Amino acid sequence: MTITSGISKRTFRFELLLLVSVVVLAFAIAMAVGIGEMRIPIRTVALSICNHLGFSAVNISQIQDSVIWNLRLSRALVAALCGAGLAICGAILQSLLRNALAEPYVLGVSAGASTGAVAIVIMGVGAGTVSLSVGAFAGAMAAFVFVAILSNSGRGGPDRTILAGVAAAQLFNALTAYIVTTSGNAQQARDVMFWLLGSFGGVRWPEFQLLIVIIIGGLTICIWHAQALDAFTFGDDAAASLGIHIGRVRFILFSVTALITATIVSMVGAIGFVGLVVPHAVRFLIGPGHMRLLPACALVGAVFMVLADIVSRSVMAQQTLPIGIVTALVGVPCFSLILYRARQAV
Amino acid sequence: MSIQAENLVWRIGRKTIVDNVSLTVKPGTVLGLIGPNGSGKSSLLRLLAGLRRPVSGKITLEGNDISNIPRRNLARRVALVQQHATTEINVAVEDVVRLGRTPHRNPLAGWSHFDTNAVDTALQQVGMSKFRQASWQSLSGGERQRVHIARALAQQPRELFLDEPTNHLDIQHQLGILRLITRLGLTSIVALHDLNHAAMFCDHLLVLDQGKVIANGKPTDVLTPDLLKNVFQVECDFYAPQDDAFHILFRK
Repeated sequence: MTITSGISKRTFRFELLLLVSVVVLAFAIAMAVGIGEMRIPIRTVALSICNHLGFSAVNISQIQDSVIWNLRLSRALVAALCGAGLAICGAILQSLLRNALAEPYVLGVSAGASTGAVAIVIMGVGAGTVSLSVGAFAGAMAAFVFVAILSNSGRGGPDRTILAGVAAAQLFNALTAYIVTTSGNAQQARDVMFWLLGSFGGVRWPEFQLLIVIIIGGLTICIWHAQALDAFTFGDDAAASLGIHIGRVRFILFSVTALITATIVSMVGAIGFVGLVVPHAVRFLIGPGHMRLLPACALVGAVFMVLADIVSRSVMAQQTLPIGIVTALVGVPCFSLILYRARQAV
Repeated sequence: MSIQAENLVWRIGRKTIVDNVSLTVKPGTVLGLIGPNGSGKSSLLRLLAGLRRPVSGKITLEGNDISNIPRRNLARRVALVQQHATTEINVAVEDVVRLGRTPHRNPLAGWSHFDTNAVDTALQQVGMSKFRQASWQSLSGGERQRVHIARALAQQPRELFLDEPTNHLDIQHQLGILRLITRLGLTSIVALHDLNHAAMFCDHLLVLDQGKVIANGKPTDVLTPDLLKNVFQVECDFYAPQDDAFHILFRK
């Protein structure tokens, strides 16, 4: 009937998108595991994974098995989780701040992370990648607290929060530059730059275990607030008049996004564009309702990031492009297309 | 009494926006708020809808202080239609009206037939059933206002507050919206600019100036040439073709 056709059409699209994303994600992960300096057929990949999950016990060469399980699968899964996390954070921040340009780093988190990481690398507080991650996380949270205080916990309204984020980003970028210019050498500066552009090199199962807890927990909290996010469509007062505790919802969701983003940044650097583009693309396909938007963003973001990781590893032989470069190179044309279409729609 | 306010005061910084306002509205009647720009009409509506806390004074719904009513429960009986509420997001009319069900639904609850009925009824009441698939961006000002009212009605409120609902509409749509509001039978408080419309459609009027109540009562008692001269600084004559209806004619 025409009465429900709009809603049911979108339900169909939503279910189709979920199905397609899950299938593509499975294939993309298998492909990501297969390619590399040692090429491994998808069949072997599937068998190895089945072995480890206890579904089968087929003989596979130990080297292949080790490469699949210990190196590449963890990396592919972390990439998927990072894509999912960044896309969810982008969607949440775009809705809460009512700003189409909002993205996971709008609250100054990546600038804070870089300051923290640089402080560790250059000033030599602690050693190794673990402490670099810890430093980045601490810096990211410091930036977020700064933004929260400056924007009065988000009660000053969206514009004030964005301005506070801009101020935090400027401050922490300046601090990073100060530390690099006064006490670093060129090689250290280049290392930090490379890390900031993002890389999945070196991530293993411990990262995956931490990320999956944070992403699933975060996604659950966000979906729990899906109706509240919808209520922000016409602004704060409209949301409040629909019975939403706007201050509380803001605080919870800003904290969740900051936590997810800080964790991701501290593990793999500031990977741009996924959090900006994916929510727009998904909204364009299935509409703005958050109950569907959030899970769909998580899946599409995961697919996008795994594919970007494949591209970053296969463009140049023997070398990996920073993943941030790939997401921007792929993301900008996609985004331009959406912008162009959106202009026609309005 | 449906809604009652006693000695409300609200300030921004040191500036007093709402100054010792008291009012009562009987169930099912329409109270018109009139007053010059900046007289505190919108702020008063926000206080009454519980969006802001008064510095002093209290608001009661059937004797219950609204500061003791949880947000969600309040939103199930009080709805507010704001001025100029718009969005950049590409939402359909139906999505907007569905927002009105927010206070009635649990966070992960599906869509019940109560919700569907409320949305269908609300769209019918405002005469927008045919537009349910239309995108918000494609609507005219009058249509958007109707959709906002439908969203408020989907909340199934007993009290409905509207902030200048006829702003920017042509005369046909202005009268249409006001007729709709009076036909709903809800306890309503409406901020209005057009004094003739206020006289035609409201059961009572409250005149505000600089946050203070200047007059309060039936339109025929409240609207007098002296009051309009004092509050709005305009000269006018009253034209009364019948005993219970009159028209204000402004002088050049």
